[in-house]
Amino acid sequence: MPEFSFLFGQFLGGLTAAMFLFLIASGLSLIFGVLRVLNFAHGSFYMIGAYLAWQFVRWIGPTGEGFWLAALGSALSIALLGGIVERVLLRHLYDREELYQLLFTYALVLILGDVAKVLWGTQQLSVSRPPSLAGSSQVFGATIPHYNLFIMVLCPSIALGFWYLLQRTALGRIVRAAALDRETLGTLGANVGWVYTGMFMAGSFLAGLGGALVTPIKSIVPGMDVDVIVEAFIVVVIGGLGSFWGTFLGALIYGQVLSFGILVFPRFSIFAVSVLMAAVLIVRPWGLLGRPLK
Amino acid sequence: MKRVPWTVVVLIAGLVVPFLGSRFYTFVATDIVILALFAMSLNLLLGYTGLVSFGHAAYFGIGAYTCGLLMKSVGAPFLPSLLAGGVMAAAFALLFGFFCVRLTRIYFAMLTLAFAQIVWAICFKWNDVTGGEQGLPSVPYPEMGWMGSLPVLGDFRAGDHFYLIVLVIVALCFAALRRIVDSPFGRVLTVIRDNAERAQFIGVNVRGYQLAAFVVAGFFAGISGALFGIFNRGVFPDFCYWTKSAEPLIMTILGGMGVFWGPAIGAAAFIVLNQQITSYTQYWPFMMGTVLIVLLYAFPGGIAGTLKGVIERLRPRFVAEPLIAPEMGNRDARG
Repeated sequence: MPEFSFLFGQFLGGLTAAMFLFLIASGLSLIFGVLRVLNFAHGSFYMIGAYLAWQFVRWIGPTGEGFWLAALGSALSIALLGGIVERVLLRHLYDREELYQLLFTYALVLILGDVAKVLWGTQQLSVSRPPSLAGSSQVFGATIPHYNLFIMVLCPSIALGFWYLLQRTALGRIVRAAALDRETLGTLGANVGWVYTGMFMAGSFLAGLGGALVTPIKSIVPGMDVDVIVEAFIVVVIGGLGSFWGTFLGALIYGQVLSFGILVFPRFSIFAVSVLMAAVLIVRPWGLLGRPLK
Repeated sequence: MKRVPWTVVVLIAGLVVPFLGSRFYTFVATDIVILALFAMSLNLLLGYTGLVSFGHAAYFGIGAYTCGLLMKSVGAPFLPSLLAGGVMAAAFALLFGFFCVRLTRIYFAMLTLAFAQIVWAICFKWNDVTGGEQGLPSVPYPEMGWMGSLPVLGDFRAGDHFYLIVLVIVALCFAALRRIVDSPFGRVLTVIRDNAERAQFIGVNVRGYQLAAFVVAGFFAGISGALFGIFNRGVFPDFCYWTKSAEPLIMTILGGMGVFWGPAIGAAAFIVLNQQITSYTQYWPFMMGTVLIVLLYAFPGGIAGTLKGVIERLRPRFVAEPLIAPEMGNRDARG
């Protein structure tokens, strides 16, 4: 039996990974919930967000608390990028079959991946932790960096903010109505086109923010886009696409299965997560906390 | 203008390639023929049954690993290994498909993607059997000594011999696919594509037919994967990665999914474009992404669909239109 502190450290590691995934996956889920588009480019937005954060930190200067400004700037830039993509291109595909939407977002993955290579090269890049959170603490014998603790608080708070916006405000009511019946909402006078654009921007914002905030923990490499989209995809499928708490649960499960799976079956932890996803899809295709269609 | 027997023309053109004497041409032609089968197998689902599978690489990979393992580790002969690759892929298609056909539209696509990721994870991690991340290098060529003693083909290189074998096998697969889509079974698939609900009402077992199509598509994807593993001289986990599943979709859209030969034309265009573009820039994905977006917006019928439209417009008016309805499978996309 391993030490408790070791297990606790493992748990915290899984929790940190889960919180990042939650942030990213909730963006993916938000977009799917309203637009019914599975956005493969979500991972690319995450990657570009990470590169932009690195770029902004370089411009601002690596010392001091410029990191926060860089992260916010990067997330806002990605929201803008998402808005342009939705407004100019994606919106013309809503009436077409899923295949066209899937291939469109996949084409974006191809294009943005190369754009990132042209702009930032293929070298690993990294960003140092902001000085105010550079330290670390001992919790139950496990060492945990303050930055990770901060992430564990921040990511759920941001997502909770979005949840509040969606469930408890007038704006949120319009968005939820758009997810249910686009046409009826339009006849009631709401500008559905902009609701879609807004949701796509909000989802993209979360992807960009996730990418920016992950930079002090993970180095930025080409290929992080296609890897993260698969992880986020698994999370939302387990939890239930379009379900907020489902995504939260899915991320927690994913993080812990991966983190402890490595201890039990060192080779098969990725496999364990995939099997979990398949099991959920077979038993409850709409996810653990999702609602069946119709 | 009399009807040109395009099938025969293309087959003869294919047979001529080794006589050009260029290692490069043979290489490109082998690549095209194998991936054309991959894309054609997918189109049985996409264009004929109306199912968007985003996990077709799983069956390609399973075929490749099965055949590669049998030939390399067991030393089994080529044809039984190839067949085993197809059958194993079909068996997994039956298992996964059983669950997938219960879902519709985007959820179907997601479940196929999910199963493909599981196959990828197994191939990536099961070091003892699949070689894990390192893959399965140096898969041997089939025994082709007998071809050296043939009259005309004797002087060819091994690559040319393998190409001819591939060409014959893929031609047989295409003939089988043609038979399948023209059979009553194939017609039922197009009925399901056009209106699954109505098909259900007239007593068609929709899920059963969809599953059968899924298994047949898996079988041919497995055959193409097995051939590709040998051609590539190795089988690697990216054969099953989700980005690989996008390739036959792109080829099909590029060539046109409403036409029987569309995916094969798309595969040829895809590979020739790849060769041309990568010779002067490393940013092939960027170019492909751009081409794809232009296609999606401007030419949703792909190359074959667009050509067909142009030919129909140019056709002289005084030629009597045929009285029988156009072939179902040739109708543009899904209704």
